[in-house]
Amino acid sequence: MKKISLIIIALMIVLTLQTNSQNIKALKEKAMGTSEILGAGATFPFPFYSKVFDEYNKIKGVKVNYQAIGSGGGIKQLTSKTVDFGATDAFMDGKELNEAGKPIVHIPTCLGAVVVTYNIPGNPKLKLTGDVVSAIFLGQITSWTDKRITSLNKGVKLPNQKIVVIHRSDGSGTTFIFSDYLTKVSKEWESKVGRGKSLDWPVGLGGKGNQGVAGLVQQTPGSIGYVELVYSKSNNMPAALIKNSSGNYIEPTMNSVSLSANIDLPTDTRVSLTNSNSAQGYPMSSFTWLILYKELNYNNRDYKHAKVLVDLIWWLVHNGEKYAQPLNYSPLPQQALKKAETILKSVTYNGKPILK
Amino acid sequence: MNFKINRDKLFRAILYGSAFFLIVLIFGFFITFILESSESLTKFGFGFITGKQWDPVDGHFGALPFLSGTLITSFLGLIISFPISLMIAVFLSEYFYKGFFHNVIKTAVELLAGIPSIVFGFWGLFALVPLIREFQLSIGIEPYGVGIFTSAIVLSIMIIPYTASISREVISMVPTDVKEAAYSLGATKFEVIRKIILPYSGSGIFAGALLALGRALGETMAVTMIIGNSNSMPTSIFSPGNTMASVIANEFTEATDSTYVSALIEIGLLLFLVTALINLVGKYIIKKTVQF
Repeated sequence: MKKISLIIIALMIVLTLQTNSQNIKALKEKAMGTSEILGAGATFPFPFYSKVFDEYNKIKGVKVNYQAIGSGGGIKQLTSKTVDFGATDAFMDGKELNEAGKPIVHIPTCLGAVVVTYNIPGNPKLKLTGDVVSAIFLGQITSWTDKRITSLNKGVKLPNQKIVVIHRSDGSGTTFIFSDYLTKVSKEWESKVGRGKSLDWPVGLGGKGNQGVAGLVQQTPGSIGYVELVYSKSNNMPAALIKNSSGNYIEPTMNSVSLSANIDLPTDTRVSLTNSNSAQGYPMSSFTWLILYKELNYNNRDYKHAKVLVDLIWWLVHNGEKYAQPLNYSPLPQQALKKAETILKSVTYNGKPILK
Repeated sequence: MNFKINRDKLFRAILYGSAFFLIVLIFGFFITFILESSESLTKFGFGFITGKQWDPVDGHFGALPFLSGTLITSFLGLIISFPISLMIAVFLSEYFYKGFFHNVIKTAVELLAGIPSIVFGFWGLFALVPLIREFQLSIGIEPYGVGIFTSAIVLSIMIIPYTASISREVISMVPTDVKEAAYSLGATKFEVIRKIILPYSGSGIFAGALLALGRALGETMAVTMIIGNSNSMPTSIFSPGNTMASVIANEFTEATDSTYVSALIEIGLLLFLVTALINLVGKYIIKKTVQF
């Protein structure tokens, strides 16, 4: 009996493994023959993308299969050529682009932001600077009544409580944006922790996902943590105003996040928007990108399929943007859209541009 | 006649095949883990086990905090759950060995094994964590709520069915004539349990505990939700920590750097070895302590 069940289990494992790879193959073949587009990557813009792709399917009859497996996974899937496009919250760095072999283009689709949220009696609106946030997350400021916090928040009643730091435990683009900002504003943060999707946190508790962090913050008195703007909005969590590089305290809103991209953008849009020099911009903002190969004739893809893919992305950055705001995403500002258009026009099939 | 022999041979072949397949599979696991983690194995060597720092930004990896987190939560969980499981087993096999009430408890224990671990995680997060936090506030330590102690409690509940079911099974296999002989000599029920039943079924009970420990070592989801996921060495029983399984679950999806990925796989290898080692030691102890 035992052995038979072992065989069955082993067979089941083998079968599921096989069906998985067959599934991907089948989907891929389907994607080539018919007009189904495959994408994978970032979880952060997933609600936005799934809404846009759903609308697009209703209008143009093009099915888009997007798997929210995380930015790292999106990059891996694109470079192993199993999907048509990837999606990522952190742009690919020089090393990753080199490893990909052929040129890859980044197309910004919308903006996201990280907010600092907290749980203190009454949850008043707090003002914080990058230095103070860095000191709190380094474990140097341990009490809410620390001078460095109270001097920024005159007239706000702060509790005499210990600060409990809450961070993400899983690797995440949110952590990347947060630590990217702190690395820019604090030398000490740069040398002790640095930027990355997972960090060696000096203090604090880790929660899995935005909901994990939010859950711990809401449960733990005196806690402070960071979550995505979208998540804090839909859960009515308090969000601190952060002092930007122009010295203004900016409340994280969809508008102030969009404004953070109001700067001179490089032509490939691969730029970090944290601590940008936009006067009214919220300093912990970032683009999120779709990534695809610049030359779309690879792995026997036909011209029709390439055209469908480029048309889809064109539609997403134009008509699709109107679905961003209702879902609490910040739409692309005009000049970022212009850059996205130029990049999309540079995508080729057999060396010829697909869009005219 | 011919047909019969063929069937018999076929059956044998299947049996041999499946048994052999299992060995190949385990060996295959082992080889894959070693190959995939070779980069980290050569880079950090033995320092991987003794290193206390886990820094994905600098590419410096040491797994001691996770190794200790896994061992502390699992053994603590087992220590808490073992007496309870054993009492349930004795109760079910010696006191309420039939009838409605027996079935209710037996089903409840079995049901506990079937509950997905994420449900335990939720329960821990929403019911147990606030209680622990109250307790921590009352004794004046940091009110984290989550941490090693909380995880150990949830683990101890999750592994009750394993020890309890197997112990009940082996206790009910104690021959009736031995028990009756003891009773006829004037032994009380407690004496029969203590002097006859427990020694007789000792190795079986131990095997049950071993299975439970194995389950606790590998538990991922529930622990991740309530252990606090702090990658530093635990300093007290209430401090947040992390386990090998939960660090893999947390960080694998977004790990792109090859050293990082291979370090995470090496943690998998380490977990595999720790589980195997504990099982082998357990088997050895069972062999040495069989009394009847």
